[in-house]
Amino acid sequence: MSHLLTGVPASPGIAIAKAYRLEMEESIPQREEIEDRAAEMRRLKKAIESAKVDIDRIREQTLERLGPQKAEIFEAHLFLLDDPELTDAALARIDREGVCAEFALYEVAAAIMDALRSMDNEMLRERAADVGDITRRVINKLEGRAHHMFSELNDEVILFAKDLTPSDTAQLNMDYIRGFVTEIGSRTSHSAIMARSLELAAVVGAGSDASQIRTGDTVILDATSGEIIVNPSRSQMEDYSERKRKYEDDVLRMKSYVDRPSVTADEVHVELAGNIGGIEDLEKVLDNGADGIGLFRTEFLYMGRSTFPSEEEQYSVYKHVLEKMNGKRVVIRTLDIGGDKELTYMQLPQEMNPFLGLRAIRLCLDREDLFRTQLRALLRASAHGKLAIMFPMISLLSELREAKRILNEERIRLEQEGVMVASDLEVGMMIETPAAALAADLLAEEVDFFSIGTNDLIQYTMAADRMNESVSYLYQPHHPVILRMVQLVIQAADRHGKWAGMCGEMAGDASAIPLLLGLGLHEFSMSASSVLPARELLSRLSRQEWSRLAAEALNMSSQQEVLDFVNNQLRSEA
Amino acid sequence: MISQVFTVIHPQGFHARPSKSFAEKAHAFPCQVTLYKGDKQANGKSPLGLLTLGISAGDEIRLEVEGEQEAQAFQELGRMLTQIYEE
Repeated sequence: MSHLLTGVPASPGIAIAKAYRLEMEESIPQREEIEDRAAEMRRLKKAIESAKVDIDRIREQTLERLGPQKAEIFEAHLFLLDDPELTDAALARIDREGVCAEFALYEVAAAIMDALRSMDNEMLRERAADVGDITRRVINKLEGRAHHMFSELNDEVILFAKDLTPSDTAQLNMDYIRGFVTEIGSRTSHSAIMARSLELAAVVGAGSDASQIRTGDTVILDATSGEIIVNPSRSQMEDYSERKRKYEDDVLRMKSYVDRPSVTADEVHVELAGNIGGIEDLEKVLDNGADGIGLFRTEFLYMGRSTFPSEEEQYSVYKHVLEKMNGKRVVIRTLDIGGDKELTYMQLPQEMNPFLGLRAIRLCLDREDLFRTQLRALLRASAHGKLAIMFPMISLLSELREAKRILNEERIRLEQEGVMVASDLEVGMMIETPAAALAADLLAEEVDFFSIGTNDLIQYTMAADRMNESVSYLYQPHHPVILRMVQLVIQAADRHGKWAGMCGEMAGDASAIPLLLGLGLHEFSMSASSVLPARELLSRLSRQEWSRLAAEALNMSSQQEVLDFVNNQLRSEA
Repeated sequence: MISQVFTVIHPQGFHARPSKSFAEKAHAFPCQVTLYKGDKQANGKSPLGLLTLGISAGDEIRLEVEGEQEAQAFQELGRMLTQIYEE
């Protein structure tokens, strides 16, 4: 009988193979008194030196296989073995209490691991695994036991273990290992991160049920969904063999788009950019070959803390992002807070209709001190890359002018202070209100670009709170009314020689992209994982053809009609 | 002895790599290096000690250096606390 387990998908892929169970030897060292304390301390030092030789070898292998970034994990391990809180503390314990080296080290390490595990930061909790990994290695040395190797494998397997240490993962025998499943662990553990670099299917945190799986069981591992099927039926085998083949084809096809330009079948170039919420999202944007960043939400800088971020702090973050993007455009949106997004340290009055209240640019113009701090940080950072500053929630031309006036004042002030500000800095605004969309021709004269924020534009156009489920049927991105708004904005930008982009969910939606292209959108900004599928789709579309089709869609009477029309068209082209 | 409070700005706080770089740098100086967060303290030369402080973005950390070369240590280590580290 087949049965199903689920865990956390940590590294995507589908594998079908026999299970191989990795048994952990987890003897807990017992307290033993020793006579010669000096000799015992030498014994521990020797074991540590010997463990270092092993780790250094793993570091070199990892450097070769996975590159310098992953090899750094083992540099850190080498460093940990020199850590005074670990080694010196263990040596002191032998010296003081006359206990054996195994016990001293184990006790010291266990206390450190407990302290790390009690942190409220997942990343720090995971570091307990590093301490456990090196400690186990030294204890194995002391006990004269060999650390596990995968040399006995001679057939394709899916590895099952309670947990995999970083050094286990780095040494996986890739000739035979097709994936792994652990009972504990999270997406941020080293083993999960390394699995993603190795492009090895991995599911973590599958729970203790996974311990029932024995070496030799046939297993389907679907690490795209986190499902593990043990002893599958014949039809499941056939089904998953097909899925596996399709998945692998798709991955290969998408990968080929990383370094390609974002260009349509009729040679029209557009920009496919990524949305980020913080520095931690940068890597994904770069890995997916995005043409730039179309929306950097700066709210994260202000949240989860007790004071406003200083100009200096903000400057460091913006500079970092600009430098990482290495000359590609980075659109940074000024603070969009207020209404439903609150800051604990900022007293804002409760509002009846937060979405219609004092938020985003309205709040910034009301609290000029906050706004000026952010603008100064942005202006200073502009010298380090290609920056575009974007104001959210503009409804009136006068709001735009006021925001620009403050920006300009800070710019002049900085220049008088002798600070470099980029001369090619772009200034633009989001189009989120119907007022702005309808006045786009007037606004276009005074900006370098527009970026359409679809979530809010739909909410305000339909007058439907997007948090309220009973009116969620009104959230219709493909409705001709929304498409007409988008068209107005793009036409206004075109007439004034400016560019128009979109940074809402809709920009990455495969059934919206053809229409947006047809309406003449220049820039599409989406979550990083959508960039490659969008680029692939784009390469099959003709802008000329879709501008004709989009014009037809504008005259349809419902979202459903538009969706059917687009999907039929895409199917007939495929 | 020199002592000053710094605000950590890296959005992910002071995790494995920054702790390692910091401790490595601290190691290069003969003086004692201690970090304080609230009522917890850690040896600045120990990456593990730094990790167990659980420093996150926006935290105020007091750096204290005492002994030989303390002025130079203070300058370089203080700067590291307010940097963004390469991921």
